[in-house]
Amino acid sequence: MAEAEENTVLHIADIHKSFGGLHALSDVDLQVKEGTTHAIIGPNGAGKSTLLNVVIGRLIPDTGAVVFDGEVITGKTPHEINQAGVARVFQTPEIFSDLTVFDNVIVPILSKRDGSYKFNPMAKLSAQKEAHDEAMKLIADFGLKADDPSGSLSRGDKRRLELAMCLSQHPRLLLLDEPTAGMSRHDTNSTIELLKKIKEGGMTKVIIEHDMHVVFSLADRISVLAEGRIIADGTPEEVKANPVVQEAYLGG
Amino acid sequence: MTKKVLESELFIMLLFAGAVLTMPLWLAPIGAGYPDLMQKFAIFGLFAIGYNVLFGLTGYLSFGHAAFLGVGSYAAVWSFKLLSMNVLPAIFFSMIFSGIFAYMIGFVSLRRSGIYFSILTLAFAQMSYNLAYSVLTPITNGETGLQLTLNDPRILDAASSNGGALPSPTLFGLKMSGFEGFYFCAVLLIIGFFIALKISRSPFGLVLKGIKSNQTRMKFTGFNTRPYLITAFVISGMYAGLAGSLMAVTDPLAGAERMQWTASGEVVLMTILGGVGTLVGPVLGAGIIKYFENIFSAFNDRSLHEVLAFLPDGMENIVVTLVRPFVGEGWHLTLGVLFMLVIIFLPGGIMQGIDRIFGKSKKKKAAEAAAATARMGEEQHG
Ligand SMILES: Nc1ncnc2c1ncn2[C@@H]1O[C@H](COP(=O)(O)OP(=O)(O)OP(=O)(O)O)[C@@H](O)[C@H]1O
Ligand SMILES: [Mg+2]
Repeated sequence: MAEAEENTVLHIADIHKSFGGLHALSDVDLQVKEGTTHAIIGPNGAGKSTLLNVVIGRLIPDTGAVVFDGEVITGKTPHEINQAGVARVFQTPEIFSDLTVFDNVIVPILSKRDGSYKFNPMAKLSAQKEAHDEAMKLIADFGLKADDPSGSLSRGDKRRLELAMCLSQHPRLLLLDEPTAGMSRHDTNSTIELLKKIKEGGMTKVIIEHDMHVVFSLADRISVLAEGRIIADGTPEEVKANPVVQEAYLGG
Repeated sequence: MTKKVLESELFIMLLFAGAVLTMPLWLAPIGAGYPDLMQKFAIFGLFAIGYNVLFGLTGYLSFGHAAFLGVGSYAAVWSFKLLSMNVLPAIFFSMIFSGIFAYMIGFVSLRRSGIYFSILTLAFAQMSYNLAYSVLTPITNGETGLQLTLNDPRILDAASSNGGALPSPTLFGLKMSGFEGFYFCAVLLIIGFFIALKISRSPFGLVLKGIKSNQTRMKFTGFNTRPYLITAFVISGMYAGLAGSLMAVTDPLAGAERMQWTASGEVVLMTILGGVGTLVGPVLGAGIIKYFENIFSAFNDRSLHEVLAFLPDGMENIVVTLVRPFVGEGWHLTLGVLFMLVIIFLPGGIMQGIDRIFGKSKKKKAAEAAAATARMGEEQHG
């Protein structure tokens, strides 16, 4: 196992995960530096989403460990990992489609404020002033409408809503699984702008993306995953120039 | 502005309390204005309100809530036997015991969700029902049911002898029969409704709704969903215990049949008929089902002929023949038909019908329909 270098927020150490006979991840070792945007690219079925599932505690790796902020989080429950400061945008949006946009955004704010369990059945939701204002501001920033039922939003808006939900928690580490898939060019560009802004705020991000325009606009570092193995790792320029990558993924 | 007033807690509570307290007036014309029946409305209303805290907010469908009803009744009768005929300690112990019981059943059942959860609750309730008839006879008095006797210790009201007759439950001397009994239950219904209203508008309630909508998202948003579910389960179990104790207040006798699965199923029907997840729906559903049970089942050939006497003779006979299967012992048929009509045309229950009549804004409705369609699409895609 490679030693953790300085400023490493997330260290994915020698992870191996297989499903039956399928080796979805093999010897994956990855270090994400504080405040950087780390892109993971690779063809369909390469194991990118599986890697994020291992980080957020949805899957337990067969071997290896995930170290977040100096602490091993492998084996912790999803809610503990989130409370530690990791939020994720899923490949297919995971939102509360029966609730309004406002409720969707205030739920993660309450989680951040109250922790993983709080019994306050006599408190008034509408009286949670700070949480309320924060939610309204974020909703306005994202150009959404608070009273809209979230189930009827367009696919792109659902993604943006999920991003807003994650950002409302001010996570230390934000994991984005194809955050612009299914978005119009215009929405993609505004999402890039938004993610750039967060970057200035110093949040660490891991982003999975097929859209190379998005990747090269945002990433400080890129890892290429193919058939569960990291086949290249480096700055965008290095990766672009790598002949193995060109063959395996960038399509020459 | 008007919307704000209409949705304010004060307005809702005034309206609800007003409607409940004036029940003798507006129920009299439809033949339901007598205390025994209205008391049933209030008791089953409480049962359904509590059930809705679990089913309506979290989406977890329990098929075993009658067990808590039974525990509540037994605890109340024991309190009458051992302590006092005062109803307050009876209610207190009913809620405590049903709460503990709900914690134990919930702790195990909530390891699973969906249909497996429902089956587990059903299994536990049926187990309790059978145990009440067998092993637990010393506590439940088996098939005879738990009753008051003249030899009961009743340590707190030792002084008051009742001249050899069995005592009846009181609230500090106030008899709990007739209108006094109804108004006592009505006040508890109003309090129970108020608490459910507060819960559904609290951050805690929103978390429960989040769990119903997308439990996976809740977990990855930092919520430990299991204790939330257990809490909701215990709260709804305590409501059921309260309802069970009020049954014992009305008639100080507790039998195991109260725990049977049909009783568990009834509260599910009440909630769905009225409108799952709505505030007033479960109370309406409870009222309607109890109304049908009492009024429709009371009809027989003679009373039908009396009601329909205004029709010409031949016609009268035909109509009586047609209507007969739906009343008397056949009241379940009427209920079944009503239930099917509501589910098919108003899947949101009677409350959805009321919303339609009084016009929720068109936009909102369209959006909800779109959301429902989208959900169905997603389900089809796995
Ligand atoms: N829970 C699971 N059980 C069994 N197999 C799985 C599971 N999750 C993923 N896989 C398999 O593991 C492989 C990697 O899947 P993964 O979703 O990580 O790919 P990906 O790189 O995210 O692809 P895409 O770009 O299409 O999203 C695939 O072959 C997939 O079928
Ligand atoms: Mg994927």
